[in-house]
Amino acid sequence: MTALLKDIARHPSGRIGLITFAVFLIAAVMGKTGFTPYDPLMQDRIARLQGPSAAHWFGTDLFGRDVFSRLMDGIGQSFIISFFSVGIASLLGAVLGLTAAWFAGLWDGAVMRFMDVLLAFPAILLALLIITIFGPGTWTSVLAIAIVYTPIFTRVVRGPALSLRRRDFVDAARTFGSSRRYIMTRHLALNLVAPLTVQVTLALAWALVTEAGLSFLGLGTQPPNASLGLMLSDARNLMELAPWLLWMPAVALMLAVLSFNLLGDALRDILDPKTRRRLA
Amino acid sequence: MSYPIKRLLVFPLVMLGVSVFVFIAIRLVPGDAITAMLGTESGLLTPAQRDALSAYFGLDQNWFIQFWRWFAGVLQGNFGISTTYGKPVMTIIWQHFPLTLELAILSMLIALSIGIPAGIYAAAHKDRPSDLILRIVAMFGQSTPSFVVGLLLIYLLSVGFGVLPEMGTFVPITEDPLANLAQMILPAITLGTAFAAAVIRMSRSTMLDILQEDYVRTARSKGMSRRRVIWRHALPNALIPVITLSGVEFGYLLGGAVLVEQIFALPGLGRTVLDAILQRDYALVQGSVLFIAFNFMIVNLLVDLAYAALDPRIRFETK
Repeated sequence: MTALLKDIARHPSGRIGLITFAVFLIAAVMGKTGFTPYDPLMQDRIARLQGPSAAHWFGTDLFGRDVFSRLMDGIGQSFIISFFSVGIASLLGAVLGLTAAWFAGLWDGAVMRFMDVLLAFPAILLALLIITIFGPGTWTSVLAIAIVYTPIFTRVVRGPALSLRRRDFVDAARTFGSSRRYIMTRHLALNLVAPLTVQVTLALAWALVTEAGLSFLGLGTQPPNASLGLMLSDARNLMELAPWLLWMPAVALMLAVLSFNLLGDALRDILDPKTRRRLA
Repeated sequence: MSYPIKRLLVFPLVMLGVSVFVFIAIRLVPGDAITAMLGTESGLLTPAQRDALSAYFGLDQNWFIQFWRWFAGVLQGNFGISTTYGKPVMTIIWQHFPLTLELAILSMLIALSIGIPAGIYAAAHKDRPSDLILRIVAMFGQSTPSFVVGLLLIYLLSVGFGVLPEMGTFVPITEDPLANLAQMILPAITLGTAFAAAVIRMSRSTMLDILQEDYVRTARSKGMSRRRVIWRHALPNALIPVITLSGVEFGYLLGGAVLVEQIFALPGLGRTVLDAILQRDYALVQGSVLFIAFNFMIVNLLVDLAYAALDPRIRFETK
């Protein structure tokens, strides 16, 4: 783990991604634990729509709420939803992909056809459908995004698992009398960590975008709570009067997504044996 | 069995799965279609009137019979009648689909005409400042969600030029091509940005891989100019993954860009489905989602076939 972090820090785009991610993570944790300059929900009727200043670094919104504090809270919100949804999706995808590859036959067919069905939907539509069933909210967003990304993880795991299954070291383990469960968790899972890690970082970037999009449509985080998508949606009608309301969440969202994309690129270079040989 | 044939056989199975999934999902949404259709007026309905409406839309039957009726209709090309529009579902889909199709084509044209030359230029100038700048631009382009691009474009236009995008009634391309283009160009740029960024990255990286291949070195050692090697030998092969990427992306765009259509107030397929879900318009949701999934799978199938047809290495392997 520390070796991987060192590799990332040595990779040019990985370093930038790691630093940006660290900054956002600190902001997110502080935003969710209450270490914000102002209460993100506190309204100040006198200080409405003020531009960036020493008192309010990123200005204030229509209700006089501090944009910087709301941004920290919103980033925290986005991170919670993204991490939980990608966590669930990758876990579920890994289990489904591994078992599909291992047991093959009917189970494989059933799992993969169901994943085909889910993949035939445009991501945002599937998420919308799930949210209208369960009603908007934080955990519904987590569920919706997790369901949308499970098929991708299932495929990412199943492919390599299928080819790994036929490799000699798995046969060898079986002749030693290792149980199926041991082989699956020990040999196969470890060899699948590389493709999974890359996919996780990319999925995190996508989850951030999807969460913001759902909140923008009013189907994610509900007001008065802060979220990047909601802030962007609020900024729509005020952008000429108070452009900072648009720019701050827009740039924050872009940089957060960028950090995951950079990390994903770096991890792909580091973990892919093909490129590693070329780099060496 | 060859891969495309296998895919063709699985196709109807997946479509059936999509139908069942949507059918069940939309019925799990709380509330009923009659109330959603009539709003507060539904309170004035007598039980007899409500029953009559239910019977008219076939909502009085159990789910199994409803599904069977709907599915039998679909097989005959009849997707049912929308409760919100009071018109056949297929008529509504064909009203909104041309806009979505046009938007998808325009964004793809923008993405390819910028992405491919830029990607090849970057690969040919690897590690020089121009390559670095292009890579940074592409990375930012790929990291900015399209609805954010749309919002920023609207802001820059309104502040920089004092103009707002034309958001009145939508003009179809058949009525007034110029007015139509004026409405479509901003959304197309918006959707094309991230798409172009992906194309730049893909064409650059495949080009770099190919430039290391033996046949490129052979061509160079025969005395062929670098430019000619790139255009004649490397480019056709570098385009194959780009075509795959564009195909998949195009398939997504055919599903309607809900957020971008929302921002630019365009009556495309994405917003139609969004409204239909919110209105619990069962027939319309089922029909349009099936339509979208069908298009998406067809496009993906075509991409796979094109991939096999374009790459001689794959073509000969399967023979």
